[in-house]
Amino acid sequence: MTKIEVAQDKLLDLARSLYEQFQNGIVPHLSLPSRTKGNIEYSIKDDVWVYGDQETLRSVKTIRGAKSLLKTVYLAELLIKEHLQNNRGSTLREIYYISEGWDIAKFHEQAESDRLIEDLEIVTGLHRENFHIRPEEDGAAVFGPLRLREQTRRGEREIHCQEDVGEAGYQIPFNVDNIQFLKHDAKMVMAIESGGMYARLIENGFDEEYKCILVHIKGQPARSTRRIIKRLNAELNIPVVVFTDGDPWSYRIFASLAYGAIKSAHLSEHLVTPSAKFIGVQPSDIVEYNLSTDKLTDQDMHALRSELTDPRFNTDYWKKQIQLQIDLKKKAEQQAFAGKGLDYVTKTYLPERLSELGII
Amino acid sequence: MEIAEELAKNQKAISVAEFFEKNRQILGFDSAPRALITCVKEAVDNSLDACEDGCILPDIFVQIKRIGDYYSVAVEDNGPGIVADEVPKVFAKLLYGSRFHVLRQSRGQQGIGISAAVLYSQLTSGKPARITSKIGPDHRATYCEVVINTAKNEPEVLRTEEVDWERPRGTRIELEMEGAYVRSRRQSVYGSLKNVAIVNPHARITLVEPDGNVEIFERATDTLPKKSYAIQPHPEGIELGELIKLLRYTERKKLAGFLKETFSSIGSITSHELCKMSDLDPDRPPTSLDHEEAKRLLAAFRKIKVKSPPVDCLSPIGESLIKAGLEKEYRLDFIVTTVRPVSVYSGNPFLVEVGLGYGGELDREGRVDVLRFANRVPLVYQQGACAVTHAIESIPWKNYDLAQPGGEGIPTGPAVLLVHVASTRIPFTSESKDAIADVPEILAEVELGLKEIARKLRRYMTRQSALSERREKEEIIRKILPRIARKLSDILHQDEPDIAPVVAKIMGNVSVKRTIEKENGLMVVRIAVENHGETARTFKLHDVIPQEASDVSPAAKAIPIGNGYDYHWKLSLAPGKATSLTYKVRSEGQIFSDLVVEGLEAEVVTGARVI
Repeated sequence: MTKIEVAQDKLLDLARSLYEQFQNGIVPHLSLPSRTKGNIEYSIKDDVWVYGDQETLRSVKTIRGAKSLLKTVYLAELLIKEHLQNNRGSTLREIYYISEGWDIAKFHEQAESDRLIEDLEIVTGLHRENFHIRPEEDGAAVFGPLRLREQTRRGEREIHCQEDVGEAGYQIPFNVDNIQFLKHDAKMVMAIESGGMYARLIENGFDEEYKCILVHIKGQPARSTRRIIKRLNAELNIPVVVFTDGDPWSYRIFASLAYGAIKSAHLSEHLVTPSAKFIGVQPSDIVEYNLSTDKLTDQDMHALRSELTDPRFNTDYWKKQIQLQIDLKKKAEQQAFAGKGLDYVTKTYLPERLSELGII
Repeated sequence: MEIAEELAKNQKAISVAEFFEKNRQILGFDSAPRALITCVKEAVDNSLDACEDGCILPDIFVQIKRIGDYYSVAVEDNGPGIVADEVPKVFAKLLYGSRFHVLRQSRGQQGIGISAAVLYSQLTSGKPARITSKIGPDHRATYCEVVINTAKNEPEVLRTEEVDWERPRGTRIELEMEGAYVRSRRQSVYGSLKNVAIVNPHARITLVEPDGNVEIFERATDTLPKKSYAIQPHPEGIELGELIKLLRYTERKKLAGFLKETFSSIGSITSHELCKMSDLDPDRPPTSLDHEEAKRLLAAFRKIKVKSPPVDCLSPIGESLIKAGLEKEYRLDFIVTTVRPVSVYSGNPFLVEVGLGYGGELDREGRVDVLRFANRVPLVYQQGACAVTHAIESIPWKNYDLAQPGGEGIPTGPAVLLVHVASTRIPFTSESKDAIADVPEILAEVELGLKEIARKLRRYMTRQSALSERREKEEIIRKILPRIARKLSDILHQDEPDIAPVVAKIMGNVSVKRTIEKENGLMVVRIAVENHGETARTFKLHDVIPQEASDVSPAAKAIPIGNGYDYHWKLSLAPGKATSLTYKVRSEGQIFSDLVVEGLEAEVVTGARVI
């Protein structure tokens, strides 16, 4: 069976089960794992966080459930008849617009269609790429001593991520599985939250000096970004470190790279790099390096407290760091190191932290 | 000269007019916007009282104009008019009036209001009050200009003449004063007249604002409110001093007669019983009772159960007119009203009416609008000091489906609350008549009234939520399920699935389904019956077949009819319970007709006809 046939079969199975529920006088419904903080579990097998046993029932008994099932069958039909049978595809955003013509089955916002697509992934056990759904390119990029081959729609391209790219680096395509790694000379992969810090490390020649593949993850990393980091780690055996701002939202970025995201825990095995290490900015760095800071907002405080009950952060390290930050009531950006000179981050902070972590 | 004699020279009586001249806030003239509202209110109250006395449907015209630094207020009515000699005293002497000594419900009580407005006007503008009055179509109108001589509290007429006036009868008063015209929602001339219109749906009120804008509050009924009659004081709650005063000044010669004639609700039986209880001779002259004996009589009053005072002295608005009044000034989904029976505090009969309007165009978030009325007069200021407010705050509104942040205080939500207290004497907290005092009897009655309408509101809300649940289910069934079924059949290239059994489950219906199997040359018929509802259901199920059946289980009654047999089962199914009925028939030529359910509503049955 081809990949397309597998995907089509899975969607038909879903339709068939709803059809049979009607036939047997059972109120049609779908069971899905509940996608909340309370329902993620640590999987010893893969060393990542996945969904637990709690389920939510989506049933036509309520108007919300009924509408959601209606949208599900409309979406299934689109994927079967337009995507798979014609070997075409659409972006997440396009699917949201396609639903304009679906009358009462229309999506109210893109977040709703995105969520339903994730539901379909969970129900079928497949990835959205299998249904020919792609995300919008988000501009995340790689810069470092790595040669790869990308299968593009216009043929194969061989690219060296330092020599063949501009200052912005090699842009990560949405389907990372079309990439083949050819050769590398890297000792580590560093995922970096902000563009400013990514550019600073390139300008300071950090990639060359430390044989480091820099990945600009652009805030909360997209699946393709998480996937390429995972593959660099798993296939080439390169250690991964993560360098973000020192605030609760950045810890979540690290968690989604290293532990798994609550929203897409069904894909954890595919996307997560359990051995990734957190460089900083740590709350304790705020004190030790005497960084310039901002005050925590109410939302920040709320997010920190919520992390204290998040099973992914239930380690001594994180509990200590988060509690320290709650006490300090301060946060710091990556770029706060600039206050000590433009070379401080590459000459002092990163080498110190990397040797603490045993990477260099 | 002794010091006391020296001091005595400086002691002199203060005229009531002088007193109020120096204490105008007591009468509600403490700020410029408020002074204007109070003047309009006093004049309109007088007009409404006059029209009611004359059994005339009030048509009141209010005009406010800006004249230089001052405002001119003109209020004109179609009432019975005032005879020429009385005009100066009515408008320019404080504490002059016809109502103070009479126990019946009226807006004005002490004869202060309009003369206080005249006083305020002359103090601030230096201009006299200009009054026109006409008592009938065959008379000429009297026009006069008066001021109050504050030192003596006596009217001074500056000018008087007979004039022609196009109205058949009525009174017009014009005052000039310092003021400020605001047009807000509540505390304004407009807001106050709107409230007047709500509780006086028999009145038409026209307001011409300073900018020339005309607001007309149309009447909602042509029925005059029931006229209130004067009554004698009620014995319940009367005080000792009052009783002694009545005993001393009565013209009655015998105690029993005195009791019967002086008080309401006391007949000859009760009066004799009272004499017996207080150990007093019924034939004694009332004036001869000493302090001790009066006390015994009072004790007897408190022991005996006297019937409630007659309602005649009060003029409630009535449930239908409260409804009409609220409907007229608000757009609402739902109105409930209640009128409490007459009660008594300190010998004064009173009665509480409550109305509540819900939904419509009212603000969904903010606090509930509270409209307070005393003897049909809206109370605008000092809401926080009023017994009505205190009673509203004491109700746990959450129990009645209105939000109440923090579990106390004025509730929030799309509602308007109207409370009307009618009494022969309203116990105000001050002479400006802004708030009703916390008299325990009144508080209790208002609370009872509020709870009555709150219960009605809760019933309405429950019904609404049941209705909206039903509507939601209907939308699922009518719009969504058929579409899901159609899409599934498109995807799978199969016939559309039958959605009826699912519909039965969602609607909580009784579902009936017949299946037929062949077995050893016979047809085995099985009827599955399930109650998806939340209540037990008892009904009969009929199956009409053209021949006799065998192995009927459970046993059914079979009645031969024209060309076959009517088999029927009497069934009783608890919520969620199912049962199965079976029988066998010979297979050839078997024609099945629709199953029939008897004894249930058609909309709760799926899969069978209902008779």
